[in-house]
Amino acid sequence: MKRIAEFLLRRRGGSGWHWTDIVTWVWLVGGLLIMFGPALWLVGSSFKSPAQLAEFPPTLLPYVSQQATVEGYDKPLTLYDVTLENGEKRRLAEIRRIGIVAQMVDPENPGEVIKVNIQNRTPAREVGFATENYTEPFLHFDFLLYLRNSVFVTLMATLITLVTNSMAAFALSKYQFRGRSLVMLLILATLMVPLSVILVPLYSVISAMGLFNSLWGVILPTVATPTGVFLLRQYMLTIPDELLDAARMDKASEWQIYWRIVLPLTAPALAVLAIFSVVWRWNDFLWPLIVLSRKELYTLQVGLNTYAGELNVQWHFILAMTVVTMIPVVLVFIFLQRFITAGIAGSGLK
Amino acid sequence: MGRITLSDICKSFGAVHVLHGIDLDIAEGELVVFVGPSGCGKSTLLRLIAGLEKPTSGKIEINGNDVTRVNAADRGLAMVFQSYALYPHMSVRQNMAFGLENAHLPKSEIADRIAEASRMLEIGDYLDRRPGQLSGGQRQRVAIGRAIVRNPTAFLLDEPLSNLDAELRVSMRAELASLHARLKTTMIYVTHDQIEAMTLADRIVVLRKGRIEQVDTPLNLFNRPANLFVAGFIGAPAMNFIAARSDGAGNGGTAFRYLDDGRVELPVTEPLSNGAGATLGIRPQHLRLAGNSDPASFHATVTLVEALGAETVVHTQVAGGEKMLAVLPGQAELERGETIALTFDPANLHAFGENGMRLAGI
Repeated sequence: MKRIAEFLLRRRGGSGWHWTDIVTWVWLVGGLLIMFGPALWLVGSSFKSPAQLAEFPPTLLPYVSQQATVEGYDKPLTLYDVTLENGEKRRLAEIRRIGIVAQMVDPENPGEVIKVNIQNRTPAREVGFATENYTEPFLHFDFLLYLRNSVFVTLMATLITLVTNSMAAFALSKYQFRGRSLVMLLILATLMVPLSVILVPLYSVISAMGLFNSLWGVILPTVATPTGVFLLRQYMLTIPDELLDAARMDKASEWQIYWRIVLPLTAPALAVLAIFSVVWRWNDFLWPLIVLSRKELYTLQVGLNTYAGELNVQWHFILAMTVVTMIPVVLVFIFLQRFITAGIAGSGLK
Repeated sequence: MGRITLSDICKSFGAVHVLHGIDLDIAEGELVVFVGPSGCGKSTLLRLIAGLEKPTSGKIEINGNDVTRVNAADRGLAMVFQSYALYPHMSVRQNMAFGLENAHLPKSEIADRIAEASRMLEIGDYLDRRPGQLSGGQRQRVAIGRAIVRNPTAFLLDEPLSNLDAELRVSMRAELASLHARLKTTMIYVTHDQIEAMTLADRIVVLRKGRIEQVDTPLNLFNRPANLFVAGFIGAPAMNFIAARSDGAGNGGTAFRYLDDGRVELPVTEPLSNGAGATLGIRPQHLRLAGNSDPASFHATVTLVEALGAETVVHTQVAGGEKMLAVLPGQAELERGETIALTFDPANLHAFGENGMRLAGI
């Protein structure tokens, strides 16, 4: 504990608090709260029952009401902490509620019914997890199907992205041809066109190709990313041309040069692009929502949307499944953060 | 097998003309060195021979076959690059095997050749290491090994020693020489280091601005440079040049006046009009202090003395303000500002005409 405090309160140089220490501390702790707070709240809330989610003021931790089985009553009764009229505090079980009066009974002494104003009681609760938020969607909804679709889309899109983008980057970085910079410029220019602008024409293309309502319709339009080409090209520029010359002297074909020399040497940049691609495709919502209209083809993100009905939003399921869909992305970040920082530093993207 | 013939090779990169009409015949088993200042086109010429670039015009033949438009892979040559260009993600063994696998050689043959080359180059201990784990000298050996296993018609070496430290360079130079003696394969070696050129070459090709200035054996280049450029480029320290004028025919040659009052007769047979300009050249090693017996050729003021122990390099300035360098044997007791008398043997003089070419007869 002492060491943690020491770590958190570490200051620059001497023993006093320099103003930069305070600014740094506020900045970092503030940043931590702003970025990590919502995630924590999401995880906490995903274990809450629907009733508790609707509660105001909200709590950070999930609670469940305590219940007790009382002699003479078939169902378990909810327990409340009650302040009686004479000021005495007792824990009672509620039988029923009529208007603002609750009929309650002492679990120890079930014979006597006590009438209590509902203002004078608070539910007896303890921290507890509504794990059915997680188990229900797995048992009664198509979560696994959505998961399979999402994994398929993410993996295929990432694989094709890596192959096509690296080929384009190879040509643009290692071959001299007329119009090379123009091609590069055109590719980069598409960065400035957001998806929402080309949504309708893209839909027409996909529809005309018969890819509407097919997972390939989700995968194919996204595989050629200008950022990927740019990132890989910049990296490949750093591979010395002498290596390619040496390979040519070694009777390597151009394909072998790409596949056996350039691609292995581009591994760090490929890793970065793979991470980005996985995250982008996994979190993709708008485009799958447009292309996929059959329920069995939904990806996770679109599938989550089905819990939000017109009249009734099942927040408890949405929150729980959001946590589940975050897991792969979080894992990717935990294990590959070394590459991610390198990638962000190298490309200025995130 | 390994005769390479270049005829009238020209190469331009856009509007930049790098090579102008190179003609060269390299005999089988010969070690030819291309030297020249940076930007003279020597590396480009090597890349043309390798097939990594295609000439703008001209013809390249290997063993009598026209390979001008043949791809690098199919010319049967091996190249060692300045940066070694070892594949960083492959072990030494894989590096050497890569070219052989591409040629679809059987596995046993590949293993045999690698074993043979690694024994020859003493790299057997680190066949399974990556290039990043090797020192500069070891990488150099692996690069040479990668070339050797291919049993090429000729080796092309592009400044292979320039990334090594001075000591290693000397020992690798000796190893390359003995390797060439053992393999007896044609080698073309590019360098800007004239000591490498002098020690290794059977013949040296001196290039300047995309043209061949002279092709000859190292000693012939040193003793009879064809023009002012070669005279100044070969030999260290560089040759001293003195402006001179012809002074009519003497006994069996031409007399030249140099500096203020110097006069020397040389067996130049080329007819020169009286008073025609010329340049005399004398190597710093051929200058000595004038003694009592031999008359001074000229006087000079000492500006700097570099005592190296075995010899003394004296920087001087002559009457016209020109700088002259003399390398005197042993330890000469000279001081800055002192005026000394220097002399030379006329037999050691080189004479060049106004066009910079060596005058006939000497």
